Amino acid sequence: MCDQTFMAATFGPCDSCGKTGPLMNIYIKNEPVNYCSFCVEVMAYRGLQKGETLETLRQESDTLKKKLEEERGKLNDVELHQVAEKIEVVGALSIKTRRVLKGHGNKVLCMDWCKDKRRLVSSSQDGKVIVWDGFTLNKENGVSLPCTWVMACAYAPSGCAVALGDGLDNKCSVIPLSLDKNENLATKKKSVAMHTNYVSGCTFTSSDMQILTSSGDGSCALWDVESGQLLQSFHGHTADVLSLDLSPSETGNTFVSGGCDKKSCVWDMRSGQNIQTFENHESDINCVKYYPSGDAFASASDDATCRLYDLRADREVAIYQKDSIIFGASSVDFSLSGRLLFAGYNDYSINVWDVLKVTRVSILFGHENRISRVCVSPDGTALCSASWDHTLRIWA
Amino acid sequence: TLVFSKDFSVAHPSIGVCFPHKNKSTMSGSSNLAAMKKIVQQLRFEASINRLKVSQAAADLQQFCIQNAVQDPLLTGVSSSTNPFRPQKVCSFL
Repeated sequence: MCDQTFMAATFGPCDSCGKTGPLMNIYIKNEPVNYCSFCVEVMAYRGLQKGETLETLRQESDTLKKKLEEERGKLNDVELHQVAEKIEVVGALSIKTRRVLKGHGNKVLCMDWCKDKRRLVSSSQDGKVIVWDGFTLNKENGVSLPCTWVMACAYAPSGCAVALGDGLDNKCSVIPLSLDKNENLATKKKSVAMHTNYVSGCTFTSSDMQILTSSGDGSCALWDVESGQLLQSFHGHTADVLSLDLSPSETGNTFVSGGCDKKSCVWDMRSGQNIQTFENHESDINCVKYYPSGDAFASASDDATCRLYDLRADREVAIYQKDSIIFGASSVDFSLSGRLLFAGYNDYSINVWDVLKVTRVSILFGHENRISRVCVSPDGTALCSASWDHTLRIWA
Repeated sequence: TLVFSKDFSVAHPSIGVCFPHKNKSTMSGSSNLAAMKKIVQQLRFEASINRLKVSQAAADLQQFCIQNAVQDPLLTGVSSSTNPFRPQKVCSFL
């Protein structure tokens, strides 16, 4: 049988037949195993129903894709902005830069607010992670890490720890915060997650006990912080996953992810099942964020557009774009009511969109380089933006 | 022929790349059976979910916005006295 060309990350004895050769890393019931490509095909043949062949499966896949499009199309009876015609236009916004956080020595890659609505954590390409008091600009904690790519950071719900995603050692670690400024926090760093490629995003779930990560290896994973054990893995993306966001709804046990395969996927956290997939963007999806009610989410992409997807209608319902916007959007977040969508772009600006009327309300200027992240504070009073210009800005 | 690839996650400062190298093809092509079977199973699942009309879904999104608009500080522009980030009005003793 002619072998399929694939990227072999490991070489060694196959877990199934024992022969030494290049191995495919696959998951069987969440357990990682290494099979040679022949054994993978044999397993697939055994799993076939009567009469199924590669050809019938391909045809079925095409039919199902068409059916999916049709079903989604049938429900598209009106555009979002048409429904919103009768409501009032958003008044002039008086949002300005209120604080500039200086202290990082290189590009700020990520930031997150603490639930106390005043503290925030930021991570930078200089390996430094800083915890700030947003009101006073006081730097409360600082950690210097040996690696230079802390691509993701997240505050724990309790406010007592931060999680950091590493771009070089492919791990996500948790650091407990201390009131003692002189304590060397780097020594208390505890590795929780291990991926086979860079960690692009991380977030705590409802408690300090579990972390959800997204990675350049194409997967997302749920981990137990205490033991470092992998609780659930999520496979379906066919390229790097760049972003994830947890559903804000109390009953929801779902999260959304977006990646370089131009797809955004909604997942069930308990079963690992991919519930819905959306393929509308024309380039990498850099960021995904849930609408505050949990019924929709927005995505920002290198194709210079942001899009809104409604989960119950199972389709894209709005595209936020303008001919004059040609640079990729790197990050998005909603205001508290979901009426405003803040989007950071690679042309150094933040565009503020009216979510319902699908028009641009305002542009926020100030940063001197690309925006890497925008995040609204937990009580909606302020927007924080992190940029490659080494600073963060708080807008209110 | 089999292709072996190195893991390119180490930075090349000379290129000035921000991210470690993005891999565009981590998975094998969909012409093999195992992958095809998975794709079909996933599509069968997705085709079976219940969907709402956009008019209904959009109305609900709008309803949520309207109900929460008053409590949205960035939308309504909260006065300095209640927004800790805005400069306080200075009062002086006469």
